[in-house]
Amino acid sequence: MTTLAATGVLRASWLLLAFPVFGAAVLLIGGRRTDKWGHLLGVTMSLASFVYGMIAYFTLLGYPAAERSRDLHMFSWVPVAGFQANIGILIDPLSMCFVLLITGVGSLILIYSVGYMAHDVERRRFFGYLNLFIAAMLLLVVADNYLALYAGWEGVGLASYLLIGFWQFKPAPPVAAKKAFIANRVGDVGLSIAIMLMFAEFGSFNFGPVFASAHSGGTGVTTALGLLLLLGACGKSAQVPLQSWLLDAMEGPTPVSALIHAATMVTAGVYLIVRSSPIFNDSPAAQLAVTVVGAVTLLVGAIIGCAKDDIKKALAGSTMSQIGYMMLAAGLGPAGYVFAIAHLLAHGFFKAGLFLGAGSVMHGMDDEVNMRRYGALRKFLPYTFVTFGLGYLAIIGIPPFSGFFTKDGIIDAAWEKGGTSGWILAACAIIGAGITAFYMTRVMLMTYFGAKRWDEPGPRGGAEPRTGQPQPQPHEHALHPHESPWVMVFPMIILAIGSVGAGAFLIINGRLQSFLAPVVGVPPEAHGVWTGPGIIALALALAGVGLAWTMYGRVPVPAIAPRGSIFARAARQDLYGDAFNESVLMRPGQWLTRLSVYFDSRGIDGLVNTIAAIIGGSSGRLRRIQTGFARSYALSMLIGAVLLVAGLLVVRL
Amino acid sequence: MSPAHYIFLSVILFTIGAIGVLVRRNAIVIFMCIELMLNACNLAFVAFARMHGNLDGQVVAFFVMVVAAAEVVVGLAILMAIYRARRSASVDDASLLKY
Repeated sequence: MTTLAATGVLRASWLLLAFPVFGAAVLLIGGRRTDKWGHLLGVTMSLASFVYGMIAYFTLLGYPAAERSRDLHMFSWVPVAGFQANIGILIDPLSMCFVLLITGVGSLILIYSVGYMAHDVERRRFFGYLNLFIAAMLLLVVADNYLALYAGWEGVGLASYLLIGFWQFKPAPPVAAKKAFIANRVGDVGLSIAIMLMFAEFGSFNFGPVFASAHSGGTGVTTALGLLLLLGACGKSAQVPLQSWLLDAMEGPTPVSALIHAATMVTAGVYLIVRSSPIFNDSPAAQLAVTVVGAVTLLVGAIIGCAKDDIKKALAGSTMSQIGYMMLAAGLGPAGYVFAIAHLLAHGFFKAGLFLGAGSVMHGMDDEVNMRRYGALRKFLPYTFVTFGLGYLAIIGIPPFSGFFTKDGIIDAAWEKGGTSGWILAACAIIGAGITAFYMTRVMLMTYFGAKRWDEPGPRGGAEPRTGQPQPQPHEHALHPHESPWVMVFPMIILAIGSVGAGAFLIINGRLQSFLAPVVGVPPEAHGVWTGPGIIALALALAGVGLAWTMYGRVPVPAIAPRGSIFARAARQDLYGDAFNESVLMRPGQWLTRLSVYFDSRGIDGLVNTIAAIIGGSSGRLRRIQTGFARSYALSMLIGAVLLVAGLLVVRL
Repeated sequence: MSPAHYIFLSVILFTIGAIGVLVRRNAIVIFMCIELMLNACNLAFVAFARMHGNLDGQVVAFFVMVVAAAEVVVGLAILMAIYRARRSASVDDASLLKY
């Protein structure tokens, strides 16, 4: 597909970035003066981007399908002979999907944050960071070359870091922020090496030239590029083996978890792989690696999600798992790209809705996150219950909710890959669907059904002061769960509508497929809505629901977690992901640094210091010769003169 | 009298001057000893000029006299300043400039 120059309305597509950049700049530079209206400006800028995104989307729809890739050159970043780094905006169907997701869901979550962060003295800074995030994420998806994409990639990493650690006065969030930043850095190294390799091999960063010459580069180059891009995607999308940061990232405020760590940023890895489809299409080995990472992560995330009592961490495990589905689909090549994006968009709706629901529950429960302290909340938070419930039905894939269409598309695509690998991948995806149903039902039952457990005695976790001042822990006063204000409920309702309808809208009649076809190609064979693997997955999901009901619905849930089986304990420990990182990476690293420090202080510094000490000591002794007595100087002069004369005489004779 | 006698005299005078510089503490005396050494040098120069039959040594002797006069002017001025400040002309007392 050829890329044409942007014309008409699309010539103003820099506005997409300009609105949130302006918002972030005003809020972060303006400081406290903007406290009163800062949140309104943040929401307005995000909405403005969304409105422009809608205009651009309909403009794009007005073009013939083959002309929907529009490039706007903005400026030359590094204009050096032999190294041309340009900043340009690429508006095509794929980037448009993301623009609408980011600005749409982003605006809803910003509106929600107005209510959620209402009592936080730093609300203005929060909105500044969120605008910064939206700007960086938009740059990531609309960049027309890998260098600008990398700038956006780093920008979202920064925004994620700032927002995870937003409540700096508590001990856990800054640590979680650092962990997320460092884990992301590992992936970023992969992406940056991939970009360097691209430049070395193809002489360009731009998508067009790189993809045009990808095929001629040879399988070795494309495989290396694919694996390096996969490493980058693993870091950003919290895929095994760089998955450990996402669960800790839940220390951030809940809107952040919903926007950055569920709906948008963590899906950037999927975007990267789908965007780089010409590279992956050329390298079966890299594609296989992507599918393996996806399959492993979808199971790991789902298993972790089963054991977490913290509602946000259970949802975080679920996010990992769902992104695993997307990666799996993205690794299947043209057969899966459409379903990866479809699941990504649907996931953006239902997972953001679930997180906002969790935030609403926490809002009504004094920031309690432990589900064992919930129970019977459906009477107290009716809107939250309904919207959360619709998201729940969507994620476990009950027809006709959106997850059913998108997830079954992925399972079918894996099934149709054929061969042993296709079987294994499809089996993983189907089992994952069952586990998804189990843990989501568990979350539902523990939160909204059963007996109320919040007034039972016992330790209460997660009570967090949000006013910036240390508050007395609310152990004493009784909890009065209450529904959230309308400004929070409204976005949840919109997202719930998306959870219900997005999948059907995108999949039925191949809407998304024909929209994306110019960018990612067409699946080799179309399959209907009801397929064998899909029905098996649905049956397994229903079985998971039933199992969860027998374990958490029929019998009362203990308010204090039982010790659990060895599997439950492993899952509670994130399947020992942190322990693995600590023993394999952190400890040897510490030993290495200690060894280096020892060598440095004793070896290098020792040598230098010894030489300096010798010179210093000897000059200190030599100094004593300068006594200050003129006569002794005269004597030494005389002795010198006599020696000189004697020497001359000896030489002459 | 052969010129060699002048050389011996010059050596004796120079030695007396050198010993005086080394053993005496009074700056005035040291000064006088330095003058003695300079004049011993002059004597040697003139004697050598006579021995070799040219004027080079005599010319150098004049130079030495000029330098000696200049040295005495500066040196005595410094000495006066030191004496006024410390009420002592002993060179061993003025030993502040050291390590």
